Amino acid sequence: MGEAAASGTTSREQPAGLVGLARAAVARPEFVSFVALIVLMILTATMNENFFTVDNLMNITRQVSTTGIIAVGMTFVILTGGIDLSVGAIVALASTLMAGMIANMGFPFWAAALVAIFGGALTGAVSGFFIARFALPPIIVTLAMMEIPRGLGLIYTNGYPLPIDRDFGFLGREYVLGLPIPTLIMLIVFAAAYFVLNRLPIGRYVYAVGGNEDAAILSGIRTARIKLMVYAISGFTAAIAGMIQTSRLLSGQPNSAIGVELDAIAAVVLGGTAITGGRGHIVGTLIGALLLGVLNNSLNMIGLSPYSQRVVKGVILLVAVLIGYLRKQNSR
Amino acid sequence: MLEMKHITKRFPGIVALNDVSLSLKRGEVHALVGENGAGKSTLMKILSGVYQADEGELLIDGEAVHPTRTRESEKLGINIIFQEFSLVPDLNAYENVFLGREIRTKLGTLDRRTMRRMAREALDRLDMHFPLDCPVAELTVAEQQSVEIVKATIFKCNFLVLDEPTATLTPREVKKLFEVIERLKALGVGCFFISHHLEEIFEIADTVSVLRDGCHVHTGPVAGCTQDELISKMVGREVTQAFPPKRGTADDAEPPIMEVRKLRFPGSDDISFEVRRGEILGVAGLVGAKRTESFLALIGRDASIEKEVLFQGKPIELRSPHEALSHGIGYLPEDRKRTGLFLPFSIRSNIVISTLNRLTNKLGMVLPREEKVLSDRFIQRMRIRTTSDLKTVSELSGGNQQKVIIARWLASNCKLLIFDEPTRGIDVGAKAEIYVMLQELAAQGLGVVVISSDLPEVIGLCDRVLVMRYGSIRATLTGADINSEKIMLYASGGENG
Repeated sequence: MGEAAASGTTSREQPAGLVGLARAAVARPEFVSFVALIVLMILTATMNENFFTVDNLMNITRQVSTTGIIAVGMTFVILTGGIDLSVGAIVALASTLMAGMIANMGFPFWAAALVAIFGGALTGAVSGFFIARFALPPIIVTLAMMEIPRGLGLIYTNGYPLPIDRDFGFLGREYVLGLPIPTLIMLIVFAAAYFVLNRLPIGRYVYAVGGNEDAAILSGIRTARIKLMVYAISGFTAAIAGMIQTSRLLSGQPNSAIGVELDAIAAVVLGGTAITGGRGHIVGTLIGALLLGVLNNSLNMIGLSPYSQRVVKGVILLVAVLIGYLRKQNSR
Repeated sequence: MLEMKHITKRFPGIVALNDVSLSLKRGEVHALVGENGAGKSTLMKILSGVYQADEGELLIDGEAVHPTRTRESEKLGINIIFQEFSLVPDLNAYENVFLGREIRTKLGTLDRRTMRRMAREALDRLDMHFPLDCPVAELTVAEQQSVEIVKATIFKCNFLVLDEPTATLTPREVKKLFEVIERLKALGVGCFFISHHLEEIFEIADTVSVLRDGCHVHTGPVAGCTQDELISKMVGREVTQAFPPKRGTADDAEPPIMEVRKLRFPGSDDISFEVRRGEILGVAGLVGAKRTESFLALIGRDASIEKEVLFQGKPIELRSPHEALSHGIGYLPEDRKRTGLFLPFSIRSNIVISTLNRLTNKLGMVLPREEKVLSDRFIQRMRIRTTSDLKTVSELSGGNQQKVIIARWLASNCKLLIFDEPTRGIDVGAKAEIYVMLQELAAQGLGVVVISSDLPEVIGLCDRVLVMRYGSIRATLTGADINSEKIMLYASGGENG
């Protein structure tokens, strides 16, 4: 499969076998974040013995799951050269919608979740429609769509959280096969995204649209459909995150997930995906999301104040992007 | 005096300039001619600091200089006006002239009055007239060019390069431009004048130099030189030799593979023509003839354009390139990097992108092995020189990149292929290979359309030639009528143009 296309790595002839694999891995843009992740984990482990426990590590993956799942849809969008600021609002809408259906209309959990996820995909598709059909800038369209879904959620709940019965908390709190269910869902979403991006023609078209839209059009790719699709996918994954959050918080929260779009974008960029589109890899996004999650966790464990944490996070994001940029320059 | 000594510039896979030495005196108009890809633009980009020479040096009045960006070469008094203007459309003329080097008052604010006055004086000096206060987007092309000239000459300007300045001008505007050049000359400015229109050179230039395939082959006074001499120096061979023999016009009795009727878009007349199976149909014309626009309209790049198309005898709708491709009509864009290639992708991905739907299993999954087989087959067939099909396409030379694009469309099994400038900017060897391949495609019964600004190419390759001007077809030439005189006549508006 088009590895070089998919990853954006340079493709000088690599020796076969382990050496070749290792070199290819080092050349990948997400390698920087991978190293940072490992170093951070080792550092924290030496400073706090509670870090390297199964409980804590499981906890991290559960905390990461919301951002991680949203970042999957965001990866699709950014690969086409777009951006989606509306994901946080879609989380809120899906959450209130789902809680409302369960609490006020007596829907079973799964039916409410399905409707909410479908609604999320539809909301994303609305952004996609304006972006694809009228060639409006994604940042403006999704900025508008940051307001509308959240507003609808606030209208529906009158601004208050909408509680649901304790029984519905299993999805956010229980374990299957030793893994927290949110973690499991995140892994499934990543696996599905990997399959679509690398094994299906439409996945390649996502890269093509971001790589060179004019060339994609002339090559017979229906770019408008692809664009519509990626925003629908982004809404879809955001709504899945909304479902998990509703279950975990036992309520529909119209004011939740504010700023989550920025965490998701950070995860994608830390994962080595080019913000201009066409280059990147979904595995990198997983690494990026984990890096952000571990960072949160370890800064807490070290005992840094939440205020200082923000400074450190910003600095690390900046440095990681800078290193990625310098490496790219050097490989030219 | 501006001197370039032994300049050599290499790009991956191609020597763009090979030991070129030229000089330009103050008050001289020095014409620079050569075929597309001869190295003229590269040379000018070295002058302007966009590129740096690998070998050789640049001297001004005997002193070596090393501009590494345009601002530096401007400070040295070298200014270039490229074919594509660098004006900001929403700013007015004098704001454009002083862009990035504004004159300020003592308070640090813009000194509009002084800038306006200086621009006015510059206009008067060159006897040019255009409004200073409206956005340049509202000016004509010729007026915009005048803005560029003022911009280039308002500060220190000893040497001026004009890259194809007449390409989009009417004859009257050309005459006016030449008057301006004469005035610049009288002011002691030395001009490099690049043009494909040889007759202009005899009108305006003092000296002429010829570049061919990156080599400097001739410099001499214009007086006493003839057009034919220049052409043979530019081409350096009998024009016909580079081309495989023509197969002759296709059978008239057989119905055409495609008939186009009443194609019409803003700025065009009704365009109607046909393409026959097994022939190479050339489309010639000058810049502004709207050849590319016409064929983009044909394949439905803009869905709203109306036309009637009969393909293989049946009426079809072409509302998008996707639809065109599904009928077997492919358009290969002229601008490789901008609209052709996916630069960060591998050669393999670039070749198979239009064909992915055929390389899947029953579940719709892409099969990497099939991809490799297909791309390897076309790498061989097109003789793309690479060590691996996973090499990034941006690492290839221009000729090999062009072959990758051709491979993409050949792989998609088209019945009619439209090649827009298929050999622009590629070296002679790759050109010859592409010509042979175009003829093979025609021989296999495909419809082949070649849009080309390269006259020898049109003449040597095509069985039938449409000559376009300002969005209409002015002539259809066949057989012995396909010669440069006839083509230029209709392309430049002669014969009731």
